[in-house]
Amino acid sequence: MSPATTARLRRGGVEQLALVAAFLPLAWMAMALFEVAGQSLGPNPSRELLHTSGKTALNALWLTLALRPLQELSGRIEFLWCRRVAGLTSFAYATLHLLVYAILELGLDWSDLGAEIAKRPFIIVGLIALIGMIPMAATSTDRAMRRMGRRWQRWHAAIYPVSLLAVWHYYWQVKLDITEPLIYLGALAAMLGYRLHRAHQRRRAT
Amino acid sequence: MAKFTYPKIAPSEIEATPPELSSRSTSRREALAGLVAAGAGATLLASPAMAQTAAVAPRPSATPLAPPSFRRNPRWSVNEPPNTWEEITTYNNFYEFGLDKSDPSERSGLFKPRPWSVEIAGEAAKTGRYTLEDILKPHALEERIYRFRCVEAWSRVVPWMGIPLKDVLARFEPNSRAKFVEFTTLLDPKQLPGQRSRVIDWPYVEGLRIDEAMHPLTLLTVGLHGRWLPNQSGAPLRLIVPWKYGFKSIKSIVRIRFVEKQPATSWNKAAPDEYGFYANVNPAVDHPRWSQAKERRLGGSLFGSRIDTLPFNGYANEVAALYRGLDLRRFY
Repeated sequence: MSPATTARLRRGGVEQLALVAAFLPLAWMAMALFEVAGQSLGPNPSRELLHTSGKTALNALWLTLALRPLQELSGRIEFLWCRRVAGLTSFAYATLHLLVYAILELGLDWSDLGAEIAKRPFIIVGLIALIGMIPMAATSTDRAMRRMGRRWQRWHAAIYPVSLLAVWHYYWQVKLDITEPLIYLGALAAMLGYRLHRAHQRRRAT
Repeated sequence: MAKFTYPKIAPSEIEATPPELSSRSTSRREALAGLVAAGAGATLLASPAMAQTAAVAPRPSATPLAPPSFRRNPRWSVNEPPNTWEEITTYNNFYEFGLDKSDPSERSGLFKPRPWSVEIAGEAAKTGRYTLEDILKPHALEERIYRFRCVEAWSRVVPWMGIPLKDVLARFEPNSRAKFVEFTTLLDPKQLPGQRSRVIDWPYVEGLRIDEAMHPLTLLTVGLHGRWLPNQSGAPLRLIVPWKYGFKSIKSIVRIRFVEKQPATSWNKAAPDEYGFYANVNPAVDHPRWSQAKERRLGGSLFGSRIDTLPFNGYANEVAALYRGLDLRRFY
């Protein structure tokens, strides 16, 4: 086998592993929904599904951002191979989050949805974040990457404003203890700072 | 921010477990005592001195609480099916035990609801410290099935057990300067590990206008579903004000103070634009971040359990007169 083929196979294996991991939160939700193996969503199941899907989307998004620094700091290319799956995982759970909200929390009562969106800006913020992910998800194939060239990079820089909107959306509905949103924000700032620092280094090197 | 660690407590060690559980643990204790006695009997033959110590040793340190006796009060009960013990005691907001809904049931094992005493203070003739028994003794416990509406837009139906607060307060003979009543929860981070994280300015304080406190619906509560309150539900003594959002119904009360001025209450201090002093259930006045028009009744199906929220949580006939002339949008 040529080294290129081996690398492709290894990459496929890593991506499949990442995909399995991506399904774990969904598997837990399904188990808890049907109360398999002692798992349960508790007395307020829709709220639990809402929180789990939202939190998973947020975690996957932050992981997506962390993979480049992890690769550069560790020198292991495998981290980069997981980026597509991590990003799409975040998009999938964010979509699920919206569906749970619309179907279970609001009961598809569209008049309620209109009123809620008009009155509550954090819903709009979350919705914009989700919409902002669509172009990235749609251009996540190898083919799109090749075809778009440098433009692909620019499109996918949208992950930064999307992340900011996502953490803002989270911050806004925390009842009292804002520790967790601040931790997410801090991590985001650190990752963004790292990117800027690296870009600066690269510019100086050329 | 400080992260607190919780002691892990086996369910069997938690007081006020459902009767079937506690009876099981009692019989286990008896079986254990029997074993020790049998062992002692065997040792008796070998060494009488040792047998004597063994016979004293296995006595349980705490005497189990006798189950409460009470009568149902249909006059003040709603005709809706109550939620189960499980639904009422595993999904709670009791930040003294942590912020998650499951924290109170999982992290309240070190809480000691007995012995308990309450300080009566302020504008009343008979102030001082009273034991829980002193407070309860002259009264008959009654069960009332009330709706309970959380400010987070979920609700449930609970068979509480308690005494009308007015009957208890009257015994302390509040004077004419007693315009409000202030209630305080226990402050003890050892028993209430959530108090190590300063999300709220501990201890938790709530308050009522004196006429609200004296309303026959206001219940000084000691039990639910025919059992003494479990720790996560505010043992051993809590307030239930069914026409107000749940956070007004303060738990684990150690102090009741009659005051002239409106007390500064915990949630109102934490976020004054979101939580008012009155906090009457009102579908027409939204929380700034979510609608209060509907609520999710716990224990319902995943799809169909959103119901309309009623003014004063369905108790408008009983309490609306208390607020005549008050702008409920301003005094939310």
